[in-house]
Amino acid sequence: MSAITNVARASLSKDLRLEWRSKDAINSMLFFALLVVVIFSFSFDPTAEESRRIAGGLVWVAFLFAAVVALNQTWARELRNQVLDALFLAKAFGNFIFVIVLETFMTPLFIVFYNLRALGPAYQLLIVSALGTWALVVNGTFFAAMSLRTRSREIMLPLLLFPISIPALLATVEATTAILTGDFSAKFWIVLLAAYNVVFTTACLLLFDTVLKAE
Amino acid sequence: MNHVSHAAATPIIVIHDLVKQFGRFAALRGVSAEFVSGRLYAIVGENGAGKTTLLRSLAGLTRPTRGTISMLGTTDLRSVCRQVGYMAHPSLLYDEMAGMENLRYFARLYGIQDDQHCARTTAAVGLDPKLTRPVGQYSQGMRQRMSLARAMIHDPRILLLDEPFSNVDAHSARQMTHLLKQLRDAGKTIFVVTHQASQLEHAADEFVQMEAGLITRRTRELMMAETP
Amino acid sequence: MIRRTFPILGVLTAVLLSYGLYEALIGAPTEQSMGDVQRIFYYHAPSAWTAFLLFGINFVASVVYLIRRSMKADIIALVSAEVGVVFCTVVLVTGPIWARPVWGIWWTWDIRLTSTLVLWLIYVSYLILRRFSSSGQTPLMAAVLAIFGALDVPLVYFSIRFFRTQHPQPVIGGEGSIDPKMLQVALINWAGFLCFACLVCWSRYRLELLQREVEETEALEALLDSRKAQ
Repeated sequence: MSAITNVARASLSKDLRLEWRSKDAINSMLFFALLVVVIFSFSFDPTAEESRRIAGGLVWVAFLFAAVVALNQTWARELRNQVLDALFLAKAFGNFIFVIVLETFMTPLFIVFYNLRALGPAYQLLIVSALGTWALVVNGTFFAAMSLRTRSREIMLPLLLFPISIPALLATVEATTAILTGDFSAKFWIVLLAAYNVVFTTACLLLFDTVLKAE
Repeated sequence: MNHVSHAAATPIIVIHDLVKQFGRFAALRGVSAEFVSGRLYAIVGENGAGKTTLLRSLAGLTRPTRGTISMLGTTDLRSVCRQVGYMAHPSLLYDEMAGMENLRYFARLYGIQDDQHCARTTAAVGLDPKLTRPVGQYSQGMRQRMSLARAMIHDPRILLLDEPFSNVDAHSARQMTHLLKQLRDAGKTIFVVTHQASQLEHAADEFVQMEAGLITRRTRELMMAETP
Repeated sequence: MIRRTFPILGVLTAVLLSYGLYEALIGAPTEQSMGDVQRIFYYHAPSAWTAFLLFGINFVASVVYLIRRSMKADIIALVSAEVGVVFCTVVLVTGPIWARPVWGIWWTWDIRLTSTLVLWLIYVSYLILRRFSSSGQTPLMAAVLAIFGALDVPLVYFSIRFFRTQHPQPVIGGEGSIDPKMLQVALINWAGFLCFACLVCWSRYRLELLQREVEETEALEALLDSRKAQ
């Protein structure tokens, strides 16, 4: 067991170090998310009231698309090395950190562009972000590995990821909207997100070996 | 007269009727061979002869369509993968990290925490462990040597090298050949796929000639192997 | 046995479907609030039931494949997914056609319709994966995806159901009990659809089986031919 954590830790720190030096993924993600924010902002004229109701959905769509950029290159730099089996969590954590960093940079921009202010309990936004991001990233990392063995792998990843993620996306958007507008409670959605995360993290861990062993 | 005798030693690798097809293209058409430990084998042949596919099959990276490979007494190649070191043509190194950083990472993957071991391996391939330049800035010769260091970091019994001398300067090539001889003398079994068979003229124990997915000839001397 | 069962099944299907058609359009009583438009229910609901059943078969076949690596299980999974998507499409097309004259809107986040949409998306992505992945690992990848899809289904259901309590929307197909005569017609049609699905699945299964045997033979031939050329 400790051998696996050593491998995982080595891999995670290597990924973070590589990303820090090249900043490839972070830069592309940031720019992509920024583009999405700007283009969306053309589609409606945000008064404070209206924007709060829509912003939840817009924000998470932007994060979703940007996350796909990071997810697509998860395994691209990963080299076919006979030893690498216990890698899934390390990779997923790495992606999780990248997307959280993205969200940290993007949130002030969203607040500015859409005149946002949370009317509900703002601390819950942290929980929702963490759970929602993990939901995307855990399945995204898994499907990225599956897409490796397909043609058109960059399009295959979102094609597989989006339908399966619908409950998580719905929950994340609804929870965010609930917190921003203060109109209703986000509790059910948070519970659903937690359930989603438990179910799919387990599934990914159990089935990753199978996917990896397929030649 | 030029046959190779396997009389005494037990084979470390036994391949039986190995077939690998990609769709309708058969890269390997039923290769059968035995290889003995402690030898340096040079696998030579034209492009498309199946040399790389054979090496990848030995490395367990390509599952055969048919046939068996028995390595170190087992057909489950994953179980012995720690005994195998593989060096591919694209160097399996991270360009943004320095040489020692790369080695340290790969060593950790094998559970090796000893930094001194990484430094020694770097020195063995003729590179300076204190070099902080990222690998992406290395010359091809340096990169190939670093790649070899990566392949042997976990002290495997079997080394599989695919085109180690390609685009490499003469000095680096000589360095690598010298190191391979030392490793062979220390008891390792080494397979080198190469177009530059002459590089191994005095180092290889045997030249294995491949043509269109089959082994056509195995000889001791390079001269004989090149005669059609 | 195959030679006789197939045409018998064919005839049975034709009989059930025609009888079902008659009953649906003429025999069944007219619904009181929606009128004749409601008759689309006799195609909308049985299609949905058939689709769900086929997707259930796909899930079971996928699990069997993961455990036993049986090629037949893989073909059953493929076939049930293909026919399931067809029936699912029927549901998604008849739904809006029904909704428009009755409620004035094409789409509504009706729980059954939305769940069907998500299921459709998942299974279309399943079929695309099957087409795009390299032939050696297709069965395995597809089976894994099918399991993910199946795990998703309850989560989809609950998320949409709760969404609807927050944002009330019209329900296509009405809630509450169905008139027994209407239920009977729906069941007749369902029987017809099931037989039809059987026919199509069966043919597709045999076709796929033959296809794979041909491919294997061709590959073997290619191998032997070039060996001879040596």
